[in-house]
Amino acid sequence: MVGSIAAIGAGLAVIGAGIGIGQVGGKAMEGIARQPEAASKIQTAMIIAAALIEGAALFGVVVALLGLNG
Amino acid sequence: MDCNRVFVSKVKRLTIVFTLLIAFLSIKIDTFAQVDSAVVPVDSVVAESAHAASGEHGAEAGHGKEKFEPTKVIMEHIADSHMWHLWGHTSLPLPVILYTPAGLEVFSSAHFHHGEEDYKGTYNTYRLVEDHVKVIGANGQVDEATSVLDFSITKNVAAMFVAILVILIVFISVAGAYKKRVGKAPKGLQSLIEPIIVFVRDDIAKPNIGHKYNKFMPYLLTVFFFIWFNNLLGLVPIFPGGANVTGNIALTFVMALGTLIIVNINGNKYYWKHILLPDVPFWLWPLMVVVEVIGIISKPFALMVRLFANITAGHIIVLSLISLIFIFETLAIAPVSVAFVLFMDVLELLVAFLQAFIFTLLTALFIGMAVEEHH
Repeated sequence: MVGSIAAIGAGLAVIGAGIGIGQVGGKAMEGIARQPEAASKIQTAMIIAAALIEGAALFGVVVALLGLNG
Repeated sequence: MDCNRVFVSKVKRLTIVFTLLIAFLSIKIDTFAQVDSAVVPVDSVVAESAHAASGEHGAEAGHGKEKFEPTKVIMEHIADSHMWHLWGHTSLPLPVILYTPAGLEVFSSAHFHHGEEDYKGTYNTYRLVEDHVKVIGANGQVDEATSVLDFSITKNVAAMFVAILVILIVFISVAGAYKKRVGKAPKGLQSLIEPIIVFVRDDIAKPNIGHKYNKFMPYLLTVFFFIWFNNLLGLVPIFPGGANVTGNIALTFVMALGTLIIVNINGNKYYWKHILLPDVPFWLWPLMVVVEVIGIISKPFALMVRLFANITAGHIIVLSLISLIFIFETLAIAPVSVAFVLFMDVLELLVAFLQAFIFTLLTALFIGMAVEEHH
């Protein structure tokens, strides 16, 4: 039972990250389409933002993984 | 009419293919039992789980069928270990180094016989409990009271030494080439490494740290190449690779600690003013200081968890896909799972680079925030 709830928690965390990274990627692509010469700068900023979002999601996944043992 | 004939022949062909597929799917693992044990260790992608496979076969032959537990097998593979599993039942024993209250104790982990036997050392008797060395008291039970510090060369440490050796070979030869070929175009390994070093300097250090970047280049390059080489070695399923080094929270903790120390030692007065005396209304000050001080810790903490979770997640996904073969107990699923594993491994190549890049980039960003002059 604990295992399934932990799995649901990990899944919920991933949903959040999916929405977040989707937004970042979509907007970055829009930005690059508008201004192709700024592509490299936008890419770097995008990767930083995606990493920060991913970090938040991974906290969720790790806590879910820890909850699995408890 | 012509079209119709073509259509009919296509339907016929499809039916044959479909029948063959159904027939193939219905073949159970019993038919392949002999072939299976021969195939599994050969396939390099499957090699990582060969241990699981052989373990299962052994159980089948010995005392009935043992249930395959994917979680246990996966956790065994991503966790640190006192021996380095090579293939089948063959493992490379690694030295166990213990610091006991009585003195230092060094012996080979082969004495444990895969955790089945206790080892009587000079000072205590030891037993391997879930890959941790425990002291056994006089009554034959685990004695938790005797504290033992474990400095063993475990699988992760050995894999780290391999990575360090690779890095040393690569960079000493490249550095030698730079000394010998001053002012000439790079050649061989040099031309492979130079663009990456220039990438770290021009795309990571310079834009984020500013004109003081030179001082931090050694640390950034070390971190970048250490993480990258370890990530790549972790993706190799056969012997010198396969350890989950960067997916070990202790290692990422030490790396994040390095970043924490470097950032705070190099923080200038504007950095500390921003933390201790932020430009906020006085009633907000107590709250802001707490938030900023937590910020000092939470930034490297995020670095630590990000690297750990990304690499561990990659290993878990690969091992889960391999486990599908043993969960469904049919070889027919193997092509599907190997194809997915191949796809994931290619994706992990990207992740291996990306995580090294992100760690270095964020480190550079934090250093840049700490050394930035006031404007």
